[in-house]
Amino acid sequence: MSGEGSKAAVGSIAHVGIAAKYNFLNYFRARRFYVMLTIILIIAGLLTALVGYYRPPGFVDGGALGFYGAGWGSFASIVVVLSAAFFGGDAISGEFQNRTGYFLVPNPIRRSAIYVGKWLAALAASTIILGIFALAMLANGLFYFPGSIPWEFAESFAFAWLYLVAAMSLAFAFSSLFKNSSISVLMSVILLLFVFSVIDTVSSLVAGVEPWFSLTYGAGIVSNILSVPYPAAKTVTPLGPGGRFTVVSYNATVPEGLLILSVYIVVMAVLGLVLFERKEFTS
Amino acid sequence: MPPSIEAQQLTKRYGQFTALSGLDLNIHGTKCVGFLGPNGAGKTTTMKILTGLIRASKGTALINGVDVASDKKTALASCATLIETPEIYPSLTPKEALSMLCEIRGVPRQDRNKRIDDALARVKMSEWADKKVGGFSKGMKQRVNVASTLLSDPEVIILDEPSSGLDPRGMSEVRDIVMSLRDRLVFMSSHLLAEVTEVCQEVALIDHGKLLVYDTIENVTAKFSGGGGAVEVGFAGNVDEQLRARVSKLPGVTSTTKSNDRHLLLKYDTAVLTQDKLLESVAGLKAGAITFSQASGLEDAYLSLIKETL
Ligand SMILES: Nc1ncnc2c1ncn2[C@@H]1O[C@H](COP(=O)(O)OP(=O)(O)O)[C@@H](O)[C@H]1O
Ligand SMILES: [Mg+2]
Repeated sequence: MSGEGSKAAVGSIAHVGIAAKYNFLNYFRARRFYVMLTIILIIAGLLTALVGYYRPPGFVDGGALGFYGAGWGSFASIVVVLSAAFFGGDAISGEFQNRTGYFLVPNPIRRSAIYVGKWLAALAASTIILGIFALAMLANGLFYFPGSIPWEFAESFAFAWLYLVAAMSLAFAFSSLFKNSSISVLMSVILLLFVFSVIDTVSSLVAGVEPWFSLTYGAGIVSNILSVPYPAAKTVTPLGPGGRFTVVSYNATVPEGLLILSVYIVVMAVLGLVLFERKEFTS
Repeated sequence: MPPSIEAQQLTKRYGQFTALSGLDLNIHGTKCVGFLGPNGAGKTTTMKILTGLIRASKGTALINGVDVASDKKTALASCATLIETPEIYPSLTPKEALSMLCEIRGVPRQDRNKRIDDALARVKMSEWADKKVGGFSKGMKQRVNVASTLLSDPEVIILDEPSSGLDPRGMSEVRDIVMSLRDRLVFMSSHLLAEVTEVCQEVALIDHGKLLVYDTIENVTAKFSGGGGAVEVGFAGNVDEQLRARVSKLPGVTSTTKSNDRHLLLKYDTAVLTQDKLLESVAGLKAGAITFSQASGLEDAYLSLIKETL
């Protein structure tokens, strides 16, 4: 037996790359990538057709910025949430439920390297999806407003991508928390699409508190940046006879939004990693 | 330093239930050690702790002297593992899945293709090398899993019932493979006595989460098989508790143990009964007994050590 010398110890950074590479290959070949691709192509196709046919004033009368705000601004978050849940929601739970972890984990590799590698693969796959959706919106924008791509659209894309990173961290944390992959995917979608929005509304409308603790509130900067002027941080609208009631609504400023997104990225990444490190392969 | 596997006071609890209780086991040097015990004895639990799939509630697991719980990456650096029946990412081919493991284990780039081709040839999966694993049968997947342990020239190989899910030919091929690995330290669990007798030099016997004995097969046989006769009876159908109870009540039968779904091992008092009389009375039960054979020394010892379990 040759033992020494026939193998070099592989560093953990290299392990991250290896885990990312093969997981990406698996994503790229799997049906779900194409399901996701089909979903966003349908959304983009419907938008293109409806705008082309009806020319709604919200889209075409507000200049290029208004156009991108109505299209990309309203739908980017949904694409982000769906792809984070699709690619990240069962990334870890699937290793347990499908027993693929039994092939990968009992090897000379740290669990953290597996986690980060899978996270990068999922992020890469969903970045492709988000990028294709952005290109479709851009193509539409250039058709109606040729020659002018507003700088804010690039900013909005960057914010949407940051939101994707945060949503992916959160989906991974959920996938580490649950052993059943359908539950972890469903929980990620429900949380990101509904629960956070309800929290936003309840917090500002009922309690009159700025929902600085909510991920979707922070992600509001994706569409906020596309409205001119940038929405006020706090609006108080009188309501009812003689303005007896007031409705308070909040909007995250760009620095606030960036901070909220960054905090979610870090906290959820750490939480998910700790959960995965402690999780046991029992059947 | 010779390869080693050590368990020190290894304990695993699931809530109130103790699956593994203070297991002490020190295996040193190149050899094949069978890890034997009835279903639910704690074999897989032990091996999962040794490979970092679960954590011990108490105690330490060391491979080549390195604590698995605190540094799995170093502990498993020269170790290949096959625990239960792993699944492979369905859209990868065996070649890709195995090359992922080669990369993780640091097999040099120029050796990878040859190692993978050789390993797949050993398990007779060469013609499937570039097909997606998703469509494979259980047995084909298990063949790829066995191939995965042959890639990196490991010093220590941990195999948890490697022949499970394989057809008879596959089982015998795995036995041949394991025998060819005797220049390493192979630790293989099994509930098949014949398999262990054929491939291993040493045996560790476990039941109810406790280690009963660890010694060479000769010593275990010599020490524990004495007294009385032992036979193995095969039945046409599955052996249930009711059937076992009926066989136990036959005059002269001193103990009965299920050796697998359709086989019972019995010990009998040779002063009361001869083997032919026992055969007659087992047949007289009309319980579907179809085979009757003298048990080997190890089977006899197993019977003496592991009592009354189903
Ligand atoms: N996750 C779990 N929760 C509760 N009990 C478990 C769990 N995993 C295993 N056990 C129990 O631990 C015991 C040992 O199991 P195992 O190590 O798989 O046995 P075997 O020797 O057949 O491989 C069994 O009684 C099994 O039921
Ligand atoms: Mg087992």
